[in-house]
This record gives sequence, structure tokens and C-alpha cells, in this order.
Amino acid sequence: MIDIFKGYKGKALEALKKFNIRVWSDAQIATTRGKFSGIILPRSENDDEFHIVLKLITGYNVGIDVSTIESMQEIGYKEAHYKIPEKEFPYTEGKPKVKLFGTGGTIASRLDYRTGAVIPAFSPGELYGAVPELADICNLETEKLFAVFSENMGPEQYKTLAIAIGKEIEKGIDGIVIGHGTDTLHHTAAALSFMVQNSPVPIILVGSQRSSDRPSSDAALNLMHAATAAAKSDIAETMICMFGPTSDEYGLLHQGTRVRKMHSSYRSTFRTIGDVPLATVTREKITPIRSNYNKRRDDKTVKILPYFEEKVALVYYYPNMQPDMIYSLIDNGYKGIVIAGTGLGHVNKPLYPAIRACQQAGIPVYMTVQTLWGYVHMFVYDTGRDLMSCGIIPTENMLPEVAYIKLGWALGQTSDPEEVKKIMLTPISNDITKREPYNGYLIYQGGVPEVEEFIKKVHK
Amino acid sequence: MSMKFDAKKNYESTQKKVGYISRKKAKKSDYEKLGFISGLEVHQQLATKEKLFCHCPVGVYQKGDSYDAELIRHMRPTLSEMGTYDGTALMEFKTRKQIVYRIKNVTTCTYEVDDTPPFPLNREALEYAIEISLLLQQNIVGELHITRKQYLDGSIPTGFQRTAIIGIEGEIPLKNKTVRIIQLSLEEDSCREVSDIGHVRTYTTDRLGIPLIETVTYPDMVTPDEVAEAGQVIRFINRSSNKVRVGIGAGREDVNVSITGGTRIEIKGVSHISWIPELTHNEAFRQKSLLIIKDELLSRIENPAAWKPVFKEIKFDVSDIEYEPIKTAMENKWHLIACNLPHFQGILSHFTQPGKIFADELEVRLKVIAGLERPNMVHSEDMNPVFNEEMLAARSKLLASHAQDAQLVFWAAEEDIKTAMDTIEERCRMAFEGVPKETRKALSDGTTIFERVLPGADRMYPDTDSAPIPIRDEYIESIRQKVPESLAKRLAQLKKWQIPEDCYTFILRNNLMSSMEKIIKELKVDPKFLGTFFAHTLKHIMGQYASAIPFDFNKIYDLIAYAQQNHLTFDILPDMLKVIYQQPRIEFDSVLNLIEFEEYNKNAILKNIKSLRSIFNGITHSRNPQAEWKWIMGNLRSIALGNMPLRELSQIVAQELKEEGGAQ
Repeated sequence: MIDIFKGYKGKALEALKKFNIRVWSDAQIATTRGKFSGIILPRSENDDEFHIVLKLITGYNVGIDVSTIESMQEIGYKEAHYKIPEKEFPYTEGKPKVKLFGTGGTIASRLDYRTGAVIPAFSPGELYGAVPELADICNLETEKLFAVFSENMGPEQYKTLAIAIGKEIEKGIDGIVIGHGTDTLHHTAAALSFMVQNSPVPIILVGSQRSSDRPSSDAALNLMHAATAAAKSDIAETMICMFGPTSDEYGLLHQGTRVRKMHSSYRSTFRTIGDVPLATVTREKITPIRSNYNKRRDDKTVKILPYFEEKVALVYYYPNMQPDMIYSLIDNGYKGIVIAGTGLGHVNKPLYPAIRACQQAGIPVYMTVQTLWGYVHMFVYDTGRDLMSCGIIPTENMLPEVAYIKLGWALGQTSDPEEVKKIMLTPISNDITKREPYNGYLIYQGGVPEVEEFIKKVHK
Repeated sequence: MSMKFDAKKNYESTQKKVGYISRKKAKKSDYEKLGFISGLEVHQQLATKEKLFCHCPVGVYQKGDSYDAELIRHMRPTLSEMGTYDGTALMEFKTRKQIVYRIKNVTTCTYEVDDTPPFPLNREALEYAIEISLLLQQNIVGELHITRKQYLDGSIPTGFQRTAIIGIEGEIPLKNKTVRIIQLSLEEDSCREVSDIGHVRTYTTDRLGIPLIETVTYPDMVTPDEVAEAGQVIRFINRSSNKVRVGIGAGREDVNVSITGGTRIEIKGVSHISWIPELTHNEAFRQKSLLIIKDELLSRIENPAAWKPVFKEIKFDVSDIEYEPIKTAMENKWHLIACNLPHFQGILSHFTQPGKIFADELEVRLKVIAGLERPNMVHSEDMNPVFNEEMLAARSKLLASHAQDAQLVFWAAEEDIKTAMDTIEERCRMAFEGVPKETRKALSDGTTIFERVLPGADRMYPDTDSAPIPIRDEYIESIRQKVPESLAKRLAQLKKWQIPEDCYTFILRNNLMSSMEKIIKELKVDPKFLGTFFAHTLKHIMGQYASAIPFDFNKIYDLIAYAQQNHLTFDILPDMLKVIYQQPRIEFDSVLNLIEFEEYNKNAILKNIKSLRSIFNGITHSRNPQAEWKWIMGNLRSIALGNMPLRELSQIVAQELKEEGGAQ
């Protein structure tokens, strides 16, 4: 049955039925507060049941309190069809071929009336309609793998993506772009860094912090940067491409294992941690910052390792954490644990027996640091040495989320603790680096004169 | 082309053809003939402590060159919920503007620059807006829906203004009619523009986000004076709530004007109500001019759809041009593009507004849409031609132009040429249609220039970052308790007090009704005196003298109370007020010292009349009693002021002179 009362429930639905009014009716409503007229819009399902939404002739939306309604009359009907104009994506001989995989997220999207939420729009035609500049960069193909929000991405999606990427590379694609929500973009980037190895082409993950239904969205520029990097850069790594500064100036290419979302809403939210980014990217060019990266190759060989053990936990330690937190993981059959410890990689004493119990149960426990920057150093204090004797394994400067992904991936391949340890501690994609450059850690403090001078001169 | 074309003469004759008359000479019937109608959108900042969607302070302004950081955004058009792109949006996209925001830490947080979603709507602002909506007798909505209204000019970093309808319908009283209100919305104020040069537009973010109400009227006004009157009335109503900000930029008007056969033109950012009559008058005649141009063109061109301008790059030698803009353009390696506009002779120099011609419409669009700084073109109907005869001949040859045609030449960088050519063609084609829909910017001389294409309802989107806010009956009722009297009631009260009509504006504009009521009730002051004391005496002083801080109108109550306590007659009040206005912190006692007041009783004053008479008679032989009276009063005024009513003194002196005269 067609729902003609989209999103309405309770009292509001009763009122619509009583006066025989449907959504998209051009209606005149008499209320105790005066007369209102306009088009009845669908109502967001999360909103209350006491109001009807009306689009006035001036374009504004208002809500009418149903308890004030005296009468309603339909004088017309005007259903909206909301569609991004679809134009055929033009093919240009000689331009690099780029594949865009869609996973959901807000990279290209439109508004959904019912929930008031943003829903993705994706086909090459739609993308070309919204960002025609893409055609100047590459010949684009798209494939919608799933339509999930970032927070719902998980092992199944990682594996599907890795396999799909492998197929494209074997077919001879020049670059891969993955559109993705930003919340867990760095988890997926880490997963693909391990699951897709020795890629001959760039693999770029991209999202946007402002949905593309907003005029100052970062989506279009991010997409152009990502397409440029995928089509033209010689950096054959798995990378995240997002705004460098919050200004519409350039994007940064971050190594997929060394990057993290650091602000809940800023455009320039992704930062490389413990290193410098791989490169800057504009619509015109890619400027490498690091030189030690895998170069683009002409062959079509790639190693796809789509494995993942789901019973892995990432535990963020806090003072006074009770050991039952760890015991519950043992009891629930977890196969591996990553702890984000304080300082150099510490937890409190009461946890020791629980960690020892993990060792006895054959559950590897890896230590990372919640400071994010810096290495785990477990020999500096007794605490660290005690923990190591309990069987905890430090993971150098691997980021906590990366260690979690890598442990799941390693345990997906083997349950032999020694084998897992070998995988964990062997750097695959700069997940562990031997050196931390002096400029790998920069957090400026606003208000300090020299910083104020800097941000006044340089676009933030 | 004809080199003897007399542009000045053409301007004058077309002005006559349009029937342009100055506003002073225009009568109501002239506007009737034009079919003049006009509506207003009045913007008024609310006097809240914080901004509408974040906790930044309100009313702290920065200078354009004082900032802590800059950031850059570009704006792209997006789809409306009805599935189309808005015309303005597309135009702004064409301009390829780089928008620079200058930020001061004290007035701007991450919300203003769109790096943080909105915080919950400022409830103080909502309450004030509902209060004013009640004053307009509106139908208040059941639920507030925050809507995004797109602005791609960069004036808001998100690319849209968050706005919500508070109430619809309603009315305001004018002297001779009632004007209907369409709606009142609560919205965030926009950025202030610092500059707009080439492809870079710069804004400050200090004003951005200040709560603003917009009151929109129906196009019920039929003369320029009525439009101004409606503007005043809305201002009075806003101010009567006591919840609005005053001062420069706190209240601004957009004025919509159209005439029969014309179209709705929105004149934006009129910061003085006194500008409105001239602006709307000129706009009406601009539309009339464009309609005449349309008729003229259609009579010349059989098939407008097939009309096409010709563009050719000028390659011939222009090195001896002594015209700076072209010289600079050549130095920058820009291109010089000549254009032939078939059948456009006499159109380029056709009157549009006082001192403005049709070519100006092209020039401003080239600036706004293609980003070419002005002057950006010369043309065949320039009052002061730039090209010499030889060049003109070369140009005519290049373009293969005919006698009935007009030509122009513009200069631009390679990347701007296409947009510039499109812009010229588009605007010329619009001339076949009459009056293009657009928003125009008000200039202080009463004319306007193109600002952007008039946006449609298509630019409205629901704001996905905010939930609707229910407005319950109880809430409205609680606000209704605080609402001041309606304007109609206030006007009736002023009439009842017998206050002269010329005092109304000052009293209402400065929201003095409650102060006056208090003085009349508690100090038993004659309302008529009080009305003129405010609207004549105080207004005169405010116009004549400077004050370091805005005048506190409550001081008048204190002043009158002081005078009553000290048995001072009210004649002394203007002299005291003059001092108080200039030195607001001064004690009243010191004011008296400063104006050299001394206390005398009535007899002591009157005693002087006799001696003054004898002195007068000693120094003059005039037997003119009027002169004698005047001289005596002049001498007594300083000691009488505040001690006895001057009117009484004057009567006594006159009486004495008369008695004397009668005895002679």
C-alpha cells in the first residue's frame, strides 16, 4: 500500500484522516491561531505526533499544532520528486580510469524528507550532475557496494571491499576511490591497508564533514582531490584524502594506518599521528611530503588478504578500572585484546591477575597508548616490566584503532599466539614506524603569541 | 557605425520619452499611472546577549583590517527539495568567487565558520520575536521549523541562513490605510562585506549570527512616501518592544518595487528609511525605461530569438590609447574583446535612472557576474569616447557592424572572457523581455545597481541539524502578558494627550511612551508640554550638540522631578538639558551653577522693572513700547529663569508699560 501519510502518527495522523488530507496536499487550514495554507509535507519519524508540517508559498516550513486545527481543506496536490539531475558521465580518451566504490556516508547525498536526514546519491550520472569537474580529471566508473553509515561499517564490509578492489586492480584500473562516512574512515583505511597489500595503484578513502546538500560542503572538493590522487599520483598506498586546513585550499593524503579523526565536526578533522602526511593534493597537483612510499606500477598484481576475527576488543583504560572488565572478555570468548593504556602504556595493579588469566587462556593482550602520539615504552617503569611479565605485548607506536584492526586481521588468519605476535609486530604499511620525525607531533596552543601570528598569516 | 551619434542628446530625449519627473514634482496620480506597488522586508536585530545559534557575544564589531585569522570557502549550488537548482545559486557559481572570512576570536567560534553544528536556538531571541509577532497581530505557528535559506554570495559561511517563521499574516496601521503583513521570521544576521575585488570577496564574521527578525509586508504601498511610512511604523513597533538593538546597521530594509508590466525588484540593504522614497521613485522609472527599451527593440528586431551579438578579439594596435584601465589591461596581457550588438544603437545611452544609462546595467553585471573590476568596458555611446576615429573604423570593420548597431569593448583575463560574453548576451536578451528579475543595491544618490539574480522559493531547505521547536499556547500567553500596547493604541493616546502630530515620530522612534506615561502620572506634568519638550527641545539639542554616550531618556524624569523639588519653573529646563545632554554624568546642582542660576523671589525680580524703565528712557528716545518691553525682558530673563514663569513676567511688564501708557 502506498503510504499517503508519510511519517505521520498519533494525533497528527488522526487529524489528517479526519479531514481527508494527504501528504503533498495543497491545503488550507483554519486554526485557533488563524489561517495557514501551503503544501503538507511528510513528517520526520522521530518528531512528535502533535504537529503537521506545512510548506508555505514563500518556501518556509512551519508546523501546525493539531490541537488548534478547526478545519482543513485540500485545494490541490503537488508531489515533489527530488532528484539530482543525472547526466551521462562523459568518457575522454586517454584520461586515467578511476573506480569509485560507494559505501554510504555523506560524500554525495540528498535530503530525505521523512527523517530529515541526508541520504546518499551516487550513480556516475548523479555525481557528474553535482560535481562536473570530475570529468576533467578521469574517466569514472562507480559501484555501490553498500549503503551504510560509517558507524555500521565492519569486518564483512572490509572484506567485501578488499575483494572488490582486488578485482578492479586485476582488470587494470588506474586508481581506486572509496566514498565513506568519516566516523570510522580510519578503521576502514587500516583494514584495507592490511587486507590489500602490494597494490600497484593508489587506493583513496574519502568522505566529507559537511554533506553535499550544503553550499559550502567539503564533499565536492574532497572528491576532486581524491579523484586527482587516484588518477594521477604515483603513491600506491591506501590513503585517506581529506581537507588539510578548514579552508578550501588543499587536501592531505594520510597513510591509512597512521591517521585518525580528531575533531567531531571540523573539516580538517583527519590528522596523521606520529608522522607527517604522505602528500598535499590540489586540483592541479600532488606534492609529496614523504618520499618513502610504494610507487605506482604498471602490473596488475596485488595480494588480497580478506580475513577478520570478530571477537577482538579494544579497551580504553581509565583509573580504577575493575578487573571484571577483562574477565568478562575472557568469559565471553574473546580471542584477543588491545588496551589503550595511560602514558607509556600502563594500567593499574588490580588488573594484573586478569591479564595473567588472559595469557593462561591463550588470549593475546597488546598494549597501545591513549596519548596517541609516541611509543609504548614498557621498560621505563616497574609497572611496565610487571605488565610484560603478565604477558602483555607492547606494539610500539601503532595507533589503538589500528592495533585493534590488525589484531582482528591477524587472528582471522591464525590462532597461534606466536604467529599472531609476528604479524602484529611486523610493520606492513607504516602501522609501526622506526622513527618518529620531530615534526610528527605538532599540537599548537591557541592564544600563544607566536601561534596567533602564525594563524593570522596562514589560512587555517 | 555612426560616429556622430549624440549620446547626451539621446539620454535627454529618452528621459523625456520615459516621462521621468523628479520626486518633488510627482503626484499620487503619477504613481497610479505607473502602477507603482511596493512591499517591505524590515530587518531588525534583537537585543539579546548571545547570538542565535551559538554563545558568541552580540554587538562587538571589528574593523575590516583587524582580525586574528582568515579562512577560505567556495560556494556550490545544491538542489532544492523540489529538485531544482536556484537561479541565483547558478549565477553565484559562475562568478567563481574565493570567499575570505576574517575572524576575531572574541566574536567568532567554530559555529560561525561552519565547523560545528548549531547549538540549540537562543530562547531569549525566540521570546522577543514572538512578542513582536504578537504586536503585529499575527497567526503564530504551532511549531518552529528551522529552514536553510541559501545565500551563495558568501555572506554566510555555511552557504545558507538559518531562519524560521514565527508568525504569518497580521497588519500595521498607516495614517490612511492598513498594510498587511506576510510573515515574521527569526534568523541569523549575515557577515559584513569588507571588499569585493576581482574574484576575491572578503567578509568579517562579527555580525554573523546576531538574532534578527524580518518583517515582510504585502505590496500594499502605492506611493514612495507610503513605503517610507510603513518602514517607520514597523520600526516603531519593533522598538516599542524594547527588545531590539538600535544604532547603525541594527535595522535595515529591503524594498520590493514593481510597476505595471515590470517585475518585482528587490532593493537590498537600505540602511536609512529616509532613502526609501527616492529609491523607489527611481526604480519605478527605471522599470518604465526598460519597458520602453523593450518596445523599441521589438519594433526593430523581428525575431529576438535569432538575435546574436558578435564578439571578436581586437588585435589591431591600441598602444596609443591614453585610457588607464585599457593600458593596465594590456600590461597584464589581458584580452581586448569587441562586441557588436545588432540594432542596439540608442539603447546603450538610453535613460534608465537619473545619470544612468542602459550600458551601466551591462557594466555592473560584468563586474558582479564575471568579476571584471569597473570600469570594465567602453562603448559606442560613451559621453567621452576613448577610441579615436581610426580605431573605431578598425573596430567597425572587425565586427562588420551596421549603422543601427551599437558596439562595446571590454577587457578581461583569458579565464573570464567566456562568462563576460555570456553575461553581455544574457543581459541584452533580457532587454527583449523588459525588466529582469534581480536584487539591486541601494546607493546614497537614490539610484540602484545590480546585485544579483532574484532568488526564488527554491532556495529553502529544511535544516537537518535542528529539531522543530513546539510553540505551545501557554508559552504564547505568558509572552502576551508582557506585550506593550499596540501602535494604534499608542497613537490614540498621543492624540488624547493633545500632543502635536509632528512629535509622534520622535516619540515612537525612541520608544518614549512609557517614560512619558510615568512623568505625566507621577509628576503631574502637562502632556502637551512634555511631548514638545521631548520632540522639539530634546530633539533640537540632540541635533545641535554632541554627546559621548547615547542619551538616557530616563534622565528627563529626574530632571523634571528635580525642578519640581527645587521649585524651579520649567522655563529653565531647556538650558539645563543642554548641559545634561553634553555631560550626562553631571549633578543637577552643578548644572545650575554652570548656567549661573541664582534664586530670587518674584518681588525681587519685579522690583527691577521701574529702574530698568528709567535706564531705558535714558539711553534711547524710542517711545516704542514694544522695544521697551523687549529690552526689559531681555534684562530680566536671566534672573527670572527658573524663578518665575517667563510668560507671567512678560504679562506683568506689558501690563506696567500699558498702565503707564494709559496714564499719559
